[in-house]
Amino acid sequence: MSRLDQIFVLLGHWLAGWAPVPVRPLVSAVLAIACIMLVFATCFALTTLAERKLLGRMQNRFGPNRVGPCGLFQPVADGVKMLIKEDIVPFSADKALHFLAPIVLTAPIWLAFAVLPFGRNMTAIDLDAGILFFFAIGSASELAVFMAGWSSQNKYSVVGAMRAIAQMISYEVPLALSTLPALMLAGSLSLNDIVAAQGSYAFGWLARWNAFTPWGLAGLLLFLIAATAESNRSPFDLPEGESEIIAGYLTEYSGFKYALFFLGEYVGLFAGAGLAVTVFLGGWHAPVKGLEWAPSWLWFGGKFAALIFLFIWVRATLPRLRLDQLLNFAWRFLVPLSLVNLLVAAAWYWSGAWPFGAAAPIRWVLCAALFVFPCHWLGGTLRGPGALPRKYNYAE
Amino acid sequence: MLNEIQFLLCASLTLAGAVAAMMLRNLVHCALCAAGAFAGLAALYLQLDAEFVGLAQLLIYVGAIAILIVFTIMLTRGEEIRPGVPIASPSWWVGLPVGALVLACLIGAVMASPSLVRLPAGAVHAPVRKIGEALMNGYVLPLQTIGLLLTAALLGAVVISLREPRNPESKTR
Amino acid sequence: MTTPLANYLVVAALLFSVGLAGALARRNAVLVLIGLELMLNAANLNFIAFWRFGPHAGELAGLMFVIFSIAVAAGEVAVGLALVIAVYRHRRTVQVDRLDSLKG
Repeated sequence: MSRLDQIFVLLGHWLAGWAPVPVRPLVSAVLAIACIMLVFATCFALTTLAERKLLGRMQNRFGPNRVGPCGLFQPVADGVKMLIKEDIVPFSADKALHFLAPIVLTAPIWLAFAVLPFGRNMTAIDLDAGILFFFAIGSASELAVFMAGWSSQNKYSVVGAMRAIAQMISYEVPLALSTLPALMLAGSLSLNDIVAAQGSYAFGWLARWNAFTPWGLAGLLLFLIAATAESNRSPFDLPEGESEIIAGYLTEYSGFKYALFFLGEYVGLFAGAGLAVTVFLGGWHAPVKGLEWAPSWLWFGGKFAALIFLFIWVRATLPRLRLDQLLNFAWRFLVPLSLVNLLVAAAWYWSGAWPFGAAAPIRWVLCAALFVFPCHWLGGTLRGPGALPRKYNYAE
Repeated sequence: MLNEIQFLLCASLTLAGAVAAMMLRNLVHCALCAAGAFAGLAALYLQLDAEFVGLAQLLIYVGAIAILIVFTIMLTRGEEIRPGVPIASPSWWVGLPVGALVLACLIGAVMASPSLVRLPAGAVHAPVRKIGEALMNGYVLPLQTIGLLLTAALLGAVVISLREPRNPESKTR
Repeated sequence: MTTPLANYLVVAALLFSVGLAGALARRNAVLVLIGLELMLNAANLNFIAFWRFGPHAGELAGLMFVIFSIAVAAGEVAVGLALVIAVYRHRRTVQVDRLDSLKG
């Protein structure tokens, strides 16, 4: 079955073999780029449809089902609508910045896919400091949000942009800190090494995914919360909530530029989900030893789709957070918990040397307790004043 | 050949961004051109095989310092956007010749040195593991000092920019 | 790597002098800080270039210096911009020629 597993790699080599030898690296790089962009652009189209259908089903209604069978051509209709809309630029807007903002937002986000391992031997670039590259690219998109808000010369845009930037820089810290235990225990910043460190099987059959350890599970939850916030997605979509601030920094954008912002947001979400799969869910490894025969890229895709479903589910379920609740949540809950998670990972590592064999469940419970108690205490400090005592007005 | 083209592109992006940052009238444009200069420098570091430093430069300079500068420009409304206000300080006639003099000295020193034809000795590997080991073994004292320094800077920045509580007895606002 | 060391040093020199001239000639305090950052970055580029082209590249001394320099620059920018904001609160201006109440 390894032929099927490596089919894309072999296809790439065959196609690049048609090119003359000096340009072969360039051709294979261009092939990888084209492949990634095609796959994730299709994924974007399907996700917009899946989101609307799933949100509809969770809200006890059908989603779009007019265009094509079960509404499958809805993304095409959406794309056509966005393209034929008039591109309105406000009169007093800063024309250069207004034009550049969607480009500066969308272009770097695609770079993040260059370091993700999509399957065995299927990383576009194997950087030594891959995860640092990922976070550096993620932080470059905040300037674009500011450019969008400022160039529109609109009070709501500027306020929305400030809120969006405050949210994004606040949640960058837990995003990076939550992956730190996994890097610490894998001993490398390279994403291929992190996936390889989750490759062996415990008890002979269960994969050693990071999510099966207490610090890995906590890290996965922290990372998913931070990734939802980084991508301005509900319940953290205050910067673009229509009932809050019209559309925040997107107010003065229409047509294709709006579609580019939308694309950038979803592609950022995909990159975050891809990193979560790589760092916490074992990358392209199968969960149990018996299922190894399935191709590695299929496992990656399956876990990725499950995470996207989780994001859509959370959007349908939770109400929006207010700005001060959002920022308090980041700085006073997620950041201390990420630091506690580092200690839990260290405790897990050292307790791995315990001599008695039945240590595994005790280890799990102890390390989980080490995380859960600060979690509970920090959550208590976040709670507001609570409901005031009831005041009864009697008619006397 | 490819190396030279890469170098020319990155260097011209950096220098164009730096010159634009110092010469434009609109402050927000200056800050964004400075961010572009930082990004060009990150590309130069990556070309020089300093992978960790290049990515750290992107993360810190473009991702944090540029945003800090932009926030400050927003909070302190600049008065130079109006066309009539001069953008140069009254002592610009000192500043520009000093800059030119420093440039002349540095370029003279570079041209007179053997670095004109110096090529690197060999391939260089600076894996992150080696950097981590160096930080924990040889450079552990600077590491701890940097930790203290950044904590002090964080606290200091918050304290300095804290709004003073309105005190009815005090005369200053 | 076929570009000689001098290219990188010339770029760093140009960057440094542009930052210096801008810091001395612009009126707005935030732009003075941007010039300062450009100067620091030019010095960092020099360090990395000498590290790469030098004989002891395995010692990582140049890299270490730049890592610490970037960290210190980040701290310095934070405090400097906080100072600018505090000054703006009191004097309602950030133009450096108007901040002369300690003169004479």
